[in-house]
Amino acid sequence: MAESVFRRFSQQITLIGAVVLFVLPLLGIPPTTYLTLTLAGLAMGMLLFLVASGVSIIFGLMDVLNFAHGSLFAWGAYVGFTVFSLLMPWVEADSLALNLAVFLVAMVTAMITVALLGILLERVIVRRVYGNHLFQILITFGATIVLVELIRVFWGPNDEVMRVPLTFRGNWDILDVIVYRYRVICIIIGLLVYGGLLLILKKTKLGTIVRAGVEDRDMVQAMGHNIYLLFTGVFAVGAALAALGGLAMSLFSLQVYPDMGGTYLLFAFIVVIIGGLGSVTGSLVGALIVGLTYNYVAYLVPWAAAGVNILIMIIILLIRPTGLFPAGE
Amino acid sequence: MSEAILAVSGVHTFIGQHHILQGISFEARADAVTVLLGRNGAGKSTTLKTTIGLLPAARGKIVYRGKEIQDCKPYEIAREGIGFIPEHMGIFAGLTVEENMRVAMLSEDADTHRRLERTLDMFADLRKFWRAKAGILSGGQKQMLSIARAIVNKTSLLLIDEPSKGLAPIIVDVLIDAINQIKERSVVILVEQNFYMASSVGDYFFILDDGMVVHSGEMPALIQDEALQSRYLGISKIS
Repeated sequence: MAESVFRRFSQQITLIGAVVLFVLPLLGIPPTTYLTLTLAGLAMGMLLFLVASGVSIIFGLMDVLNFAHGSLFAWGAYVGFTVFSLLMPWVEADSLALNLAVFLVAMVTAMITVALLGILLERVIVRRVYGNHLFQILITFGATIVLVELIRVFWGPNDEVMRVPLTFRGNWDILDVIVYRYRVICIIIGLLVYGGLLLILKKTKLGTIVRAGVEDRDMVQAMGHNIYLLFTGVFAVGAALAALGGLAMSLFSLQVYPDMGGTYLLFAFIVVIIGGLGSVTGSLVGALIVGLTYNYVAYLVPWAAAGVNILIMIIILLIRPTGLFPAGE
Repeated sequence: MSEAILAVSGVHTFIGQHHILQGISFEARADAVTVLLGRNGAGKSTTLKTTIGLLPAARGKIVYRGKEIQDCKPYEIAREGIGFIPEHMGIFAGLTVEENMRVAMLSEDADTHRRLERTLDMFADLRKFWRAKAGILSGGQKQMLSIARAIVNKTSLLLIDEPSKGLAPIIVDVLIDAINQIKERSVVILVEQNFYMASSVGDYFFILDDGMVVHSGEMPALIQDEALQSRYLGISKIS
């Protein structure tokens, strides 16, 4: 009886736990620092959401464990870095219009380039291993090695400094709360992408078919929809989101380096497990939990910052193995 | 006698290492309901899945309206005008009833919308729960939705897998009425273990055993043949 009640309300219990986690740090952190950390956590969460939503949709619809997602993320960062390098006068110009323009050019270029790379990856490699998780892990891990080595070939093995557009730098001081401009931009980007994805998934027929495909691929095929074309499209969108995440994260961390994808891929998988596979809202909630927790714990107990999210993931797996918002619920 | 709209000949299907269909052959005639009968594991559901392309035919031919479809992909077969209702109904539980129907509609033209209205008139409950998540529907309502989705397009052949499974007798009667209406517009191949339902809607029958057809004929003959019912379907008269 108690077990069934617990199972029935596991989503609510977990969400209450998340709210408690959100408020609890106030006991040990001064309010102004807490607000600064919260903004940093929200910004980090939004960036993780960009990476995790792609992983989530690709796994949810295609049942593909794409370990190459991290290298696509790195490719996005490097393509953006190249655009920034070519248009450096725009980056350093004291003009919001030019700064926005260079960011938009870099974003579009990175997303298109990596989407095409994603299509190639899906058509040439992933399509051969549908339905076999072990082969998917091996082959996409192999693809990661190739893609990261290609970064070293094209851009060199060293870390590079990513220059943030001039008007995106610095901070506002609002009632002693430090608000970094670029973090606000990250939050806006994350919200726009979330809104856009929800709009497409909920309000368009294509989005409805994708959501149906997450639940039952065979049935979608038996209804006359070319699931393979849909797979390619979803893979391309997932890759483009990874590219956007890579570009935005490189501006957040002020650097690009060939192996940067691996670090964030781990975070992305944690986010997806917490949020639930195939769910965009789940990815957003999971990413915010990870981003906020990471920042609070990094301030309070720095050595535990990396481990706390793994702990949360384990707790979620025990309480609600399907994640907070699995597709189909 | 009407001609065959679907001819399955010598089809073999494997699921993993298991040789499920072992050279099955049958025909579905136009203007009729063909019922596939047999015990659990005889290969009835596998026959439907192979026909719609969800399972690959290792050998044999499946000819639909003169065209070989055994090597086609499921979506290509569905676009030829074959509808499929699986045993588990295949409802998208997280989508609303409206969204389930939208996914099913291959076109948004006036004809499709007319068929949608006619289908909703046939299954009034679907209109009532139009904006509700399909996951909250009862078993009978889910079955109605699965049939509605299959007939909203211009379907000339409908494959239905055990629609009566787990449903109350009163709902089974509703389904019988529905299938009798559908058969006026579309050829139906029905897999069924419920002999009451099978005999109420079927015109022709094929009994499957170990992945092969072992008996076939007209339904009235099977209704009379208690020995055959007992031998292959496990039906025996209570004395």
